[in-house]
Amino acid sequence: MNKKETIERARRAKTKKAALGEDIAIENFVTGREHDPLNSLDDFPEEYQQDLLDAGIEPSEKDRSGSFLQQDCSVVFSTVKYNGLELMSTTDALKEHDWLKDYLWKAVPVDMDKYTAEVELEQTHGYFIRSEAGSKVTMPVQSCLFITTDKIGQKVHNIIIAEEDSELHIITGCSVSHAVNSALHLGVSEFYVKKGAKITFTMIHNWSRGMEVRPRSAVVIEDDGVFISNYILMTPVKSLQMYPTAYCVGRNARATFQSIIYASGDTKIDSGSRAVLQGEGSRSEIISRVIATDNAKVIARSDVIGEAANAKGHIECRGLMLSDSAEVDSIPELKATRKDLDLSHEAAVGKIAEEEIQYLMARGLSEEEATSVIIRGFLNVDITGLPDALARETKKMFDMSLEKVM
Amino acid sequence: MLEIKDLTVEVEGKEILRDLNLNIERGEVHVLFGPNGCGKTTLLMAILGLPNYKVKKGSITFKGVNITDFPTNERVKLGMGMSFQHPPEIRGVKLGDMVNIALGRKEEKIDENVIDLAKRLNISVDFLNRDVNLGFSGGEVKRSEILQLLAQSPDFIMFDEPDSGVDIENIELIGKIISELMDRNKMPSKRKKAGLIITHSGSIMRYIKADRAHVMLDGRIACSGMPDEITKNIMETGFEKCVELCVRREEAGAE
Repeated sequence: MNKKETIERARRAKTKKAALGEDIAIENFVTGREHDPLNSLDDFPEEYQQDLLDAGIEPSEKDRSGSFLQQDCSVVFSTVKYNGLELMSTTDALKEHDWLKDYLWKAVPVDMDKYTAEVELEQTHGYFIRSEAGSKVTMPVQSCLFITTDKIGQKVHNIIIAEEDSELHIITGCSVSHAVNSALHLGVSEFYVKKGAKITFTMIHNWSRGMEVRPRSAVVIEDDGVFISNYILMTPVKSLQMYPTAYCVGRNARATFQSIIYASGDTKIDSGSRAVLQGEGSRSEIISRVIATDNAKVIARSDVIGEAANAKGHIECRGLMLSDSAEVDSIPELKATRKDLDLSHEAAVGKIAEEEIQYLMARGLSEEEATSVIIRGFLNVDITGLPDALARETKKMFDMSLEKVM
Repeated sequence: MLEIKDLTVEVEGKEILRDLNLNIERGEVHVLFGPNGCGKTTLLMAILGLPNYKVKKGSITFKGVNITDFPTNERVKLGMGMSFQHPPEIRGVKLGDMVNIALGRKEEKIDENVIDLAKRLNISVDFLNRDVNLGFSGGEVKRSEILQLLAQSPDFIMFDEPDSGVDIENIELIGKIISELMDRNKMPSKRKKAGLIITHSGSIMRYIKADRAHVMLDGRIACSGMPDEITKNIMETGFEKCVELCVRREEAGAE
């Protein structure tokens, strides 16, 4: 598909409503002014530093193999410290690599809905990350998409490629300044995990009450490739709808999605993960934990589609209700199209058991402390597949965001 | 240490304990026998102050403080501890986390302090990293409970059926640690701790020397005496006959 055709398809989809989620009037959001580039992340204005930290971004760049920061619609910082690793804005990458155009809209259809169409037609950067064949950098790359201006519409297209037998770890944070009352984030992310490669993608969404968010992500995993996604959302958001999809096309391709959502205030979330098992012996695991409090409404979806021999998929979703005016709608789906495969799911939604509180009180905790320990435990998913240092870091980031809401 | 006076307790509107009296002095271990459903567990839960166990009448005094209206954690702070028979599973909360909580520490790490305690019960680091009580066998539940008590080190400990579901190899180990927890390895004058053990089978009592035994029937303590004697009577004649013997002997003594 050439550029002209792509644009044509995008134009035709400009008014196409998304299958899920409330419809957003994109025209209410603007591009805003350009921001000046930074010499280092430390130069980022003081007032935003805490928001950066909350999104898991390390301003000193300690223990990071590269850093990327986009403020509103401008890329203000991008640097990479390791050979074998590329990191830059998608716009620059398309200029540098002629072949990259073949990866655009390969995993996510450009005419999926009006949001993907908008990103094609009005794209404002996004990041390109690539690990070269055989390179294994266990230190993570950090990237942050940050909104600092009211009424802004951030429309990014991210491309992430792990070439054959390479390993790529990414921490990405999406954050918004507390001064912003209303803004839109549209983010298309296309991941390509080549033969024997591995990508771990740890994403922290640190949104605020006025944010409308529509990520569109898909992953293509080849033979023996591994993709692990860890998603953390602890702050309120006006409206978030996403349904990232992993296509396990190769033999023994593996996809894992783990998401932890703490929905509070008037948050509306429709979030799911989908795995399509097309490669022989491919496997997927979808784990989600959702806590709903106040008036939050959450639809937690998960879907495994088994199409190949010896495919194996498991879904485990749990919801915890902390309020009578909150709502959790847990929708696990399994679809099998042949006999030699194995798909399963377990789903549960409940409240904190009195018995558990009493047990902890019998060890000396107050009722309040006991409740907090149980909530912590409920959200505590053991993150597997991350290098030790990154796993510790992720745990720390998780604790930090939990600290904020509890 | 513990003084219970005329205690009447209701559970879900049903009276389970009636005018119950019990005194346990510092350094003493008491054992409580009785058939299923006689109210043994209710007594322990009421002493611990769990909210479903409503005290309708009477009082519980612990270390000279009237704790009848205290919440559970306040009683625990005063030095009370409990080994549960059927503790709940808590997802995402590891046994090691429970040990840290029992130690009164904020630390999240399962460090040497925790591991050293665990070693005494042949508990591995892997086991410390499991979600508490989730998929634990009967014996594992007991060891986990006792490990938490070792960490908590209470002055007065209640054990709800510490021997149920424990295999032969482990019963001796558990009996030994329980004895130590209650200062049984010390000279009587040096014993500072006290305990109350509920047992249905009585098999653990081979490893723990108690000072006094009680038989509970129908929500009351029906008879009390020397542990050996009571055990023998129960074994030979059953709970009800044992109580009959007790009552007859008391009457004889009164004459």
